[in-house]
Amino acid sequence: MEPVDVLIIGAGASGAAVAWSLAETRMRILCLEQGDWVRQSEFPSHGRDWEERQYGDFSISPNRRGLPADYPIHEDDSPIKVANYNAVGGGTILYAAHFPRMHPSDFRVRTLDGVADDWPISYQTLEPYFELNDRMMGVASLAGDPAYPPKAAILPPLSMGKTGRLFGRAMNQLGWHWWPADAAIATQAYEGRAPCIHLGHCIAGCSQGAKASTDITYWPEALRQRVALRTRCRVREICTNRDGRATGVIYYDELGKEQFQAAEVVIMACNGIGTPRLLLNSTSSRFPHGLANSSGLVGKRLMFHPYALARGYFDEPLDGYRGSHIVAWSQEFYETDRSREFVRGFTWQFGRGQGPVQTAMSGMAWGKIPWGDGHHAAFRRIFDRSAGMLAICEDLPELHNRVELDPVLKDAHGIPAPRIHYRLSENSKRMMAFAQTKAEEILVTAGARDIVTESPLSYAGWHLMGTARMGEDPEESVVNPWGRTHDVKNLFIVDASVFVTSGGVNPTATIQAIALYIADQIKQRLTHLFDD
Amino acid sequence: MIANNPFSANFDQSGLSREEIGLLRRVAGLMIPQSEAFGVPGADDPLIFADLLASLGRDLPAIREALSLVKQTQQSDAADLAAMLTSTRPDLCASLVSVVTRCYYRDNRVMKSIGMAVRAPYPEGFSIEPNDLTLLDPVKARGRRYRLVADE
Repeated sequence: MEPVDVLIIGAGASGAAVAWSLAETRMRILCLEQGDWVRQSEFPSHGRDWEERQYGDFSISPNRRGLPADYPIHEDDSPIKVANYNAVGGGTILYAAHFPRMHPSDFRVRTLDGVADDWPISYQTLEPYFELNDRMMGVASLAGDPAYPPKAAILPPLSMGKTGRLFGRAMNQLGWHWWPADAAIATQAYEGRAPCIHLGHCIAGCSQGAKASTDITYWPEALRQRVALRTRCRVREICTNRDGRATGVIYYDELGKEQFQAAEVVIMACNGIGTPRLLLNSTSSRFPHGLANSSGLVGKRLMFHPYALARGYFDEPLDGYRGSHIVAWSQEFYETDRSREFVRGFTWQFGRGQGPVQTAMSGMAWGKIPWGDGHHAAFRRIFDRSAGMLAICEDLPELHNRVELDPVLKDAHGIPAPRIHYRLSENSKRMMAFAQTKAEEILVTAGARDIVTESPLSYAGWHLMGTARMGEDPEESVVNPWGRTHDVKNLFIVDASVFVTSGGVNPTATIQAIALYIADQIKQRLTHLFDD
Repeated sequence: MIANNPFSANFDQSGLSREEIGLLRRVAGLMIPQSEAFGVPGADDPLIFADLLASLGRDLPAIREALSLVKQTQQSDAADLAAMLTSTRPDLCASLVSVVTRCYYRDNRVMKSIGMAVRAPYPEGFSIEPNDLTLLDPVKARGRRYRLVADE
């Protein structure tokens, strides 16, 4: 294998962004991705089995999917199970494209609220990268949201439909904040992407190509600029020399053959589980506890976003399974209020109804639809007549929540699999309980005749953060404020592992802004990139 | 959509024994029975059940375990069977519900009955009513909601 200047591991949200940004340097850039390209024609909404496949090859759980691109995750010791997708595009293939940014206050939680730690960077640092990323991904939004500093709208907002009208009126009655959700969904033709035609179930991939996944946003641009992308290549370990520099990686190619790829710079973009897994698997006499782990913090402080769900059933027909999952959001309870029994806060993500299979499954699970003769009438009372919300609760970093290597479980290549240990904090429990109480208030105001709640949502571990966090102090962090590991001067991390705190929003916009910021830092420092 | 007929020679491809197939069909019919009032077949309908058998996929081990439990209890009442499964093994109950509903609610007759167009979502898509952004006027009137921080 010819040596490259920059080797990126992972072709998802952050890997694509950093590859595209670095392409202008004309360095030799190669990305290794364990998954493959996914064609739009393979997405579930092409078929009548569109709901079934969300429990099969498009399940959000890698353990359930078990596809060749997936690696198993031992998650028995966690009430929240990991959701991911391994392919070109990564998690952006299998997400709802809800695209909120973190807020200015999210970067200053220690200063403002006396918990966790401040980030070494700020909203202001990332603001230009948020804007750039919004353009690259094609974000639909409505300017003027009072929950955010001013930001430009790239595309018109999503159609909120009957569900948006229902919740908007209720929120206005309560005097609470709400706004059309920022979404990485093309609401009109944009950069070669066709506009949204409201196929629904966006999470399982968009057959129309309206949803922004990086395989159709960043990657085509990066490939045009001669970035190389090798799929079905799973990295086993990052190699180092006697000077403690990364020399490249050992990986298994598409035929399962072991290969070595030399590189001057290695950039990890493997998500908050995959990155610590690979670092912990990269041991040597110099790094016996894993690479870049002199702090002992690799894998520590894993954060999810605990989700609290509330769903109401209404008399009037609503949008049902038609249209994007996401409709609008509320950040009424986003910022800390000391009169509550928790610190920090959450975003409500208002959503539409469900398809018939999900209606039947959840209806039976929640006791709304019986087995037997009453099934049909009960089903018809709730089908197309539900709407709800998820509270995306900020998760504070705690040392005992962690990723480590499983001593037994291995992937198809024999590489030790990750094992996670996670406990919900009392703060999270109180926040979810508060969110549910307030959600019920909204649903009642909106006219719901029946309400169900559930928290935490088990299969909702989409957001994997904090396991190689950013900071000034090498004893308290894994990477420096511009993404370079403290211990290995030519090793960078650009995924959500570097998050210091989680905020109470879906992280993709922030992940990509950070990746673009770190890429810019690399470009600005090319002549002295490895200096102390 | 219909891969095979449960009464043909191919049905054993489901991975279930004949006894298990019979038991599963009984459970499916108990869970979602035929309804003359709504003009729909039950989940034990030959076409639907054939689809179900061909679609067990990743759930096969759980279904076999669930059927073993069902066999032990000898329950013949739908509500009692559901209550037993929910209380003893909710995970297995969820698997049974999943495999039955995934195929039942994509049957042409059932989809028509619940008002769905009998087609895949793509390429036609769906319509959503347009936004009324005047609803946001009260939100705008209340002003800034985010916290200012010193370094911004």
